[in-house]
Amino acid sequence: MHLKYESQLREPLVNGNKDYHQVTEDILRPIEAKPTKLWYLGFYIAVCLLMFGVYSVYREVTYGIGQWNLNKTIGWGWDITNFVWWVGIGHAGTLISAVLLLFRQGWRTGVNRAAEAMTIFAVMCAGQFPIFHMGRVWMAFFVMPYPNSRGPLWVNFNSPLLWDVFAISTYFSVSLLFWYSGLIPDFATIRDRAKTKLRQKLYGTAAFGWTGSTKHWQRHESLSLVLAGLSTPLVLSVHTIVSFDFATSVIPGWHTTIFPPYFVAGAIFSGFAMVQSLLLIVRKVFDLEDYITLGHIEAMNKVIVLTGSVVGIAYLTELFMGWYSQNKYEGYTFWYSRAYLFSPYGWSYWGMMACNVISPQIFWFRKMRRNLYVTFFMSIIVNIGMWFERFVIIVTSLYRDYLPSSWSVYYSPTTWEIGFYLGTFGLFFTCFFLFSKYFPVIAVAEIKYVLKITGDNYKEQMSPVEVLPTEEFAHEYAH
Amino acid sequence: MAKKKFVVGCFDDEAVLFPAVKKVRTAGYKLHDIYTPFAVHGLDHAMGLRETSLHTAGFFYGITGTTTALSCITWIFTKDWPLNIGGKPHFALPAWIPICFELTVLFAAVGMVLTFCYLCQLAPFVKKHHFHARATDDLFVMVIECTDKTNTDDLRAFLSNSGALETDLQIAEADWWVGSYDKDEVPFENKKEIAA
Repeated sequence: MHLKYESQLREPLVNGNKDYHQVTEDILRPIEAKPTKLWYLGFYIAVCLLMFGVYSVYREVTYGIGQWNLNKTIGWGWDITNFVWWVGIGHAGTLISAVLLLFRQGWRTGVNRAAEAMTIFAVMCAGQFPIFHMGRVWMAFFVMPYPNSRGPLWVNFNSPLLWDVFAISTYFSVSLLFWYSGLIPDFATIRDRAKTKLRQKLYGTAAFGWTGSTKHWQRHESLSLVLAGLSTPLVLSVHTIVSFDFATSVIPGWHTTIFPPYFVAGAIFSGFAMVQSLLLIVRKVFDLEDYITLGHIEAMNKVIVLTGSVVGIAYLTELFMGWYSQNKYEGYTFWYSRAYLFSPYGWSYWGMMACNVISPQIFWFRKMRRNLYVTFFMSIIVNIGMWFERFVIIVTSLYRDYLPSSWSVYYSPTTWEIGFYLGTFGLFFTCFFLFSKYFPVIAVAEIKYVLKITGDNYKEQMSPVEVLPTEEFAHEYAH
Repeated sequence: MAKKKFVVGCFDDEAVLFPAVKKVRTAGYKLHDIYTPFAVHGLDHAMGLRETSLHTAGFFYGITGTTTALSCITWIFTKDWPLNIGGKPHFALPAWIPICFELTVLFAAVGMVLTFCYLCQLAPFVKKHHFHARATDDLFVMVIECTDKTNTDDLRAFLSNSGALETDLQIAEADWWVGSYDKDEVPFENKKEIAA
């Protein structure tokens, strides 16, 4: 009775001969069981990191931005590097849940929930950096346009930095709504299976009284589809606007028109790498190998090699334009500050090239795409590479400006600058550990929806359909 | 809000459910609802439900967002406090596109989610009668509303013949109410007052 037909040649997305009830059991098991020692250990480490971050931020707020090693030309250092890095990571979730939903990619159902959660936590981490970079953080609300007693002094609507405020906050809100509306039916499943009163009460509250009525599902589907349609341009707009922060300036190395697509590709690249790192651990620890299969991992590795190559082309285009424009400043930035290995920051450019462009090419080989160790290693490498990319863009363009007398001394971060970054890791993993324990890490209802199309046991029964004549097939499956 | 009598039939396979829905409708029974663990495509059509117009609402929320952004920024930058930014025009439409777009998306998303919750009567602490606990797990629970004339035994036999695994007769509140899950399931209107 399914309206969507999938070829038998495609790999099953759910293995292990599951039925609907087994899906519920498998995915909700970690929520209903006591947390393991490993979970406590990981959570403890994450909270420690978070506390270190809180202390680093406390020092920055109390004593001022001087706690960081920013100087007269490098006004953006690790902080904005980290901001762009986290926002980039935050792109994969919505890409998986929205863009792949519109493209009808069945494999997204296994990974979308965790990826969306990762998105939300990554954007939370990203938001910390520009907020605390303001220095007088207690005045952060000045970025909101509202009638005020200061004139009224309005924000500058023509500034990309303000566009960023709107883009990031909209992105966070919409991702959160999308994520939560998908969680409601799954919370209801937990509620209806709850063995303890507390669990029934908490998940009952979170489930908003969901019953699974057909009319509600119909509206839910409509909501998901429209939210996906809205999130698709949104996800592209967010990193486009982040790239405008650089591209609309007149700094050599930033002032380029290829920044928006180049940043979006990089964001998807690093986001998928982070999804890989997290899901490889989640599927192992929670025994979810039947739902997050090698097929899922291979599909994501394909996205990584594609976007990695797009980013590579962008790097080469920039180098070409640095020469072709015959602009001295552009040439100096690209061919000396970046591409010359023995310039002060040349190491970071070549680190970026090695991690982002050269090493992901290994994924052209199917054997490597389906190798878990290679995938995990590469996912870490890609994230290091993408951090380098933002560092290269920011620092190599800033450390030598038009006036040689203000060329800065070598910039390296202070303990508290690094501490802030580590603290956001703490925040991210604290949230992710709580999520993995208390939330269904895979969308239960969505897996059930695709089970009879893509489950291994159902695929076998599908063979008669493959030999149906076209007329009959159309009659059976056309709606 | 009133209690009604329902006959409940549980199915475990969509392939059995769809013909059963057709039979129940042809026989003229009043289909109250079907509760499913996931979105079963085509079931809304089989039940004869009309299409939702939630997406139309989303469109209107969206254009509200666009107009809000555009009109606010225009008023601020051309009337309230015209700021000279490098001698560029005060009405700098291209520079406002990003914010107009973001607010369009924000308004549409927030508006649609709120409308969705309102239409489906979803909110924290809202309680509804659950006809079967496994409706959110692995059963498709068909609920038929009974009138005074309905012969419930016949109807239950009819459902069993159509492939229902189990059938049940329930007198239940069809609407929502606010309460907690561990208390008795009687909505407050129907609670007997205990006179002191």
